[in-house]
Amino acid sequence: MQKPGDPSKPAVVTTAPSPVSSPLQLAINGKPYFHDGDPTMPLLWYLRDVLRLTGTKYGCGIGACGACTVLVDGKAARACLTPIQAVADRAITTIEGLEGDTLHPVQQAWIENDVAQCGYCQAGQIMAAVDLLSRKSKPSDADIASIGNLCRCGTYPRIRNAILRAAALSEGKLS
Amino acid sequence: MNELTSLARRRFLQFGLTASGALLVGFRGSANAAAVPAELLGDDLVQLTAFVMIERDNRVVIGARGCEIGQGVITSLPMMIAEELDVDWAKVRVIQLPYGYEEIDGKPGNRYGDQFAGGSTSIPTAWKDLREAGAAARWLLVQAAAEAWSVKADTLHTESGHVIHADGRKLSYGALARTAAARQLPKTAIPTRNPDTFKLIGKPVRAADGRSIVTGQNRYGIDEYLSGALVAIMLRCPYLDGTLESLDDSEARKIPGVRDVVTIDGPKAGEVFDGPLATGIAVLADNTWAAIQGRKALKPVWKQGPWKDESSSALARTANALLDATEGGIEVRRDGDLGASRKQARHTVAARYEVPFLAHATMEPPGALIELRNDGALLVASMQNPDGASRIISQLTGLSRDKIEIRLPRSGGGFGRRLQNDFVAEAVLIAKLAGKPIKLMWMREDDFAHDFYRPFGVHAMEATLDRKNRVAGWSHRCAATSRTWRAPGMEKDPLFKGCLEPDDFPAGLVDDLEKVFYPVDSGMPRGWWRAPLHTFHAFAVQSFIDEIAFEVRRDAVELRLEMLGAPREIPFRGHGGPVFDTGRMAEVLKLCAEKIRWDQKRTDGRSVGIACHFTFGGYTAHAFEVSMEGNKLRIHRAICVVDVGRVINPLGLEAQMMGGTIDGLSTALNLGITVKDGQVQQKNFPDYPLLKMADAPKKVEVHIIESERDPVGGGEMGIASVAPALANAIFATTTVRIRKLPLLPELMRML
Repeated sequence: MQKPGDPSKPAVVTTAPSPVSSPLQLAINGKPYFHDGDPTMPLLWYLRDVLRLTGTKYGCGIGACGACTVLVDGKAARACLTPIQAVADRAITTIEGLEGDTLHPVQQAWIENDVAQCGYCQAGQIMAAVDLLSRKSKPSDADIASIGNLCRCGTYPRIRNAILRAAALSEGKLS
Repeated sequence: MNELTSLARRRFLQFGLTASGALLVGFRGSANAAAVPAELLGDDLVQLTAFVMIERDNRVVIGARGCEIGQGVITSLPMMIAEELDVDWAKVRVIQLPYGYEEIDGKPGNRYGDQFAGGSTSIPTAWKDLREAGAAARWLLVQAAAEAWSVKADTLHTESGHVIHADGRKLSYGALARTAAARQLPKTAIPTRNPDTFKLIGKPVRAADGRSIVTGQNRYGIDEYLSGALVAIMLRCPYLDGTLESLDDSEARKIPGVRDVVTIDGPKAGEVFDGPLATGIAVLADNTWAAIQGRKALKPVWKQGPWKDESSSALARTANALLDATEGGIEVRRDGDLGASRKQARHTVAARYEVPFLAHATMEPPGALIELRNDGALLVASMQNPDGASRIISQLTGLSRDKIEIRLPRSGGGFGRRLQNDFVAEAVLIAKLAGKPIKLMWMREDDFAHDFYRPFGVHAMEATLDRKNRVAGWSHRCAATSRTWRAPGMEKDPLFKGCLEPDDFPAGLVDDLEKVFYPVDSGMPRGWWRAPLHTFHAFAVQSFIDEIAFEVRRDAVELRLEMLGAPREIPFRGHGGPVFDTGRMAEVLKLCAEKIRWDQKRTDGRSVGIACHFTFGGYTAHAFEVSMEGNKLRIHRAICVVDVGRVINPLGLEAQMMGGTIDGLSTALNLGITVKDGQVQQKNFPDYPLLKMADAPKKVEVHIIESERDPVGGGEMGIASVAPALANAIFATTTVRIRKLPLLPELMRML
C-alpha cells in the first residue's frame, strides 16, 4: 500500500505527465469517451472532475476506504489508484451506470433496508456488493464480511441485510 | 392573482419567541421576498409558507431546513410538518432548503429558524416550531376552504391533503393553495395536533432522499462544481503553530494544469481558532489531480512552532503528575465531606483511566466551493454550522451577510468536525488572493493532521464504601487538554467545560462528592466530537462502577440501580437538562440487563458487560456479550436500549443507535490520535483503522423505550456507554481490566 510521504519534506515528482499522441478511449457506463489529458490521472478524478460523474467518492486516495469503488469488467476496483491508461478499452461501471430500466436489485435492497446514514460511502459499498453477488449468488456471512469498505456511520448491519435481500431479489428475477 | 403578484407577495413565516416564551408564527412583509430558490418555482407550484409548497395535482413539497450529516433530519423534520399539515407522506417530496439568513428587526435572524446541527438539538427544536409551521400551513388551507364554501372554519376538518366539509364535500390542498397563500396568518399561536392523533410521527420512514443516494445522484459538498472555479489543494504546516520560513514553488508551477500557488497564514500562536487552523500553501489547478501533483512538487521549509517537543507520552506524564500532586485544580463540584467519608470508609477503590485525542474522520473530508463577487458571495459546502460560515465570510470579505448565499448539500458525515468553519475561511482567503471562485479540496492526510480533536485526558477515580458496601463518597479528578483552549466563543467558559459536567452521574446521588479539573497544556486544537464530554468521561465513570462492584463482590447492575435510587428527577444544569430522571435511567439499564440475559450463568466461555449513560437528555444503556478466541476478541451480541422520549422516526432512531454503537466500538477498540515532536502521527485510515464489517457485530439489537414525553434527539445518544460496557465485558471474560483507550492494543499488551 502506498504510504503518504512526510509533508514537511519535498516529494520527488515521479509521474510527470507525458505527452499523449493519441487519445485514450474509455467505455464508461456503456458510453465511449476520449481522454487526451494526463494518462496517469486516476480514474476517480477523471470521473469526477472531467465527466462530473460524482457518485464515485473520494475518501482516502490510497485504496484503503473503498468509497471510490467502481467496476472494471465487472470486478470491483479502487478508482483512486487506477490510472486511466490502465482501463482504456475496458468496461467501467460507476454507480450512475448501475440502473437500467429499473433499479439494480442491490440499489433496491439498499432502499428497502434504509441503509444509508450520511450515505457518502454507500456508492462504493453498493459497487462492492454488486461485485460480490456476481461471484457468489448466495453469499455467506463470511463472504459479506470480506467487503472491506469503510463506513464511518456504522451501517454494516443494514448493509448485511441489504446484500442478503439483493441476493433474494436477484434470485427471484432469474427464476 | 397573476403569477408575478403572488411571487412578490410571497412572504415567509417568521419565528420568534415573545417575552413570555410563547412561539409566534406569522407572515412578515419582507423586502427580501425574492429569496425563493428559482428552481423551486414551477408554474404549478404554490409557495404556501417558508416550508410548504403545493402543486396543483396535490403533491406537496416540504423544505428540510437542517444540515443533513447522516442523522436523518432531511426526513424527520419534514415528517413533523407533514403530520400537522395532514398530508400523505407518499405524496410528499422533500427538498433541502438553503441557509435562511435574513435580518429581522435589524438583527441577524433566520427565516427557517435553527439550522445548526450539533448537540442533538434538531429534533427538540423542531418539536417546538416545525409542528406549528405545518399547522400554520394547514390553517391557511382550511381558511381558504371556509371562504370558498362560505362556512365557518371550525366546521371543517382535513384528511390526507384535503379539506372536508361537514356534508362530505372535499377540496384538495392543490385547489386551495393559491387563495390560501394570499391569506395572512393570525398573530396568535396556531394549535398543533393532539399527539394521540398522530398518523405519521412514530411510524418508520425511510430516508427522504434514499433513492438519490443509491443511484449516485445525491450531491454532497464535494460534488459541487462552478464554472471558472479552480481546484485548491493545500499543504499545511505539519507542526502545531508552526510557520513557513521559505517556499520554492517553481516545480509545482511547471505541472500542467497548475495555475497559481498562494500562501495563507494560520493563527498566530495562542490566537483564537476562528480562521484557518494552520499556515498553508494552496496549489490552484484546473483539476484535482493536477493540484495533487502540484502539491507534491512544493518545496517548503517549515519552522517548528512552540509545541515542537509535544508528545502524547509527555502529555500522559504531565496529566498523571498533576493528579499525583492532588493540590490545586479547578473545583467543578463539591458536595458533603469527602474527607469524613474517607475516614469512615470500609473500602476505598481507586483507578485511573486514560482517553486519547480523537479525529472526526468524516468520510467526506472538509472542503468548500466559494465564489466571491463585489456584490455578494456563494458558498456550497458540507457543514453543520452555516451561521458560523456566514459570519466568517462576512468578516473576511466585508460583505453584509444578506449578500452571502449558502447552500446546504448533504454532508458525508459530521460528528462535530463541521461545527468549525476553518475550511470555509481558507477557501475565502484563497479566493480573495486568486480572484477566482475556488473549490477547496482537503485530502485525507490533511484531515487527520489538521482537526479539532476530542480532548486527551486522564481520569482519577476514587470511591469510598460504607459498611454495607454502598458508595458513600466519590472523587472524580480529571487532568485533560481543556476543550475551551483558543475556542472562539468559549473565552468565558470554565476550563472544564466540554470535559467534565458538574451534574453528571453520580452527582446528586452520592452525599460526599468532588469533581476537580486540572488543565494540561497542549498545542493540539480541540473540538466537539460526537457526544463530546460524554464519550470523554463515561468510559471512566462506568468502568469504575464495575471495578467497585468487583472489589466488594456486588452485582454491577444492582450497584448502579442502588446508586440511582428511587425514581425521581434531580437537577441537571448541563446540556440535556434541566433534570436527570433516575427512574428513566434505571428502566433503560434494567431492560438492557434483561435483553443480554445478565443473570444467566454462562458456561460457553462468553461473558457480558454493561454500562449506561445520560447524554443530552437521552438515556442509553449498552451491553455486549464477548469471548476470546485465542487472541481474538469476538463480540457475539450487542444490545442498545434507549429512551429519547417520543420517537419521531423509529427507523431513523434505530439507525442512529446501531451506528452510534458501531462508532463507539470502532473508536473504543482501535482509534486514537497521538502526537510526537509537535506533529500528529496518524496520516490516513491505515493508521486510524475504523472497524470493518468483518469485525463489527452482525447485528445491534436496538430496543426503544416507548414514551409520550417531548422528544430529544438521537444522533449522540448511542455512543457514550459503548466503551465502558465493552471494557466491562472484556474484564468479565479475561479478568484483564483495560483502563486506557483504545482498548485493543492495550488488551493485546496485557494478555
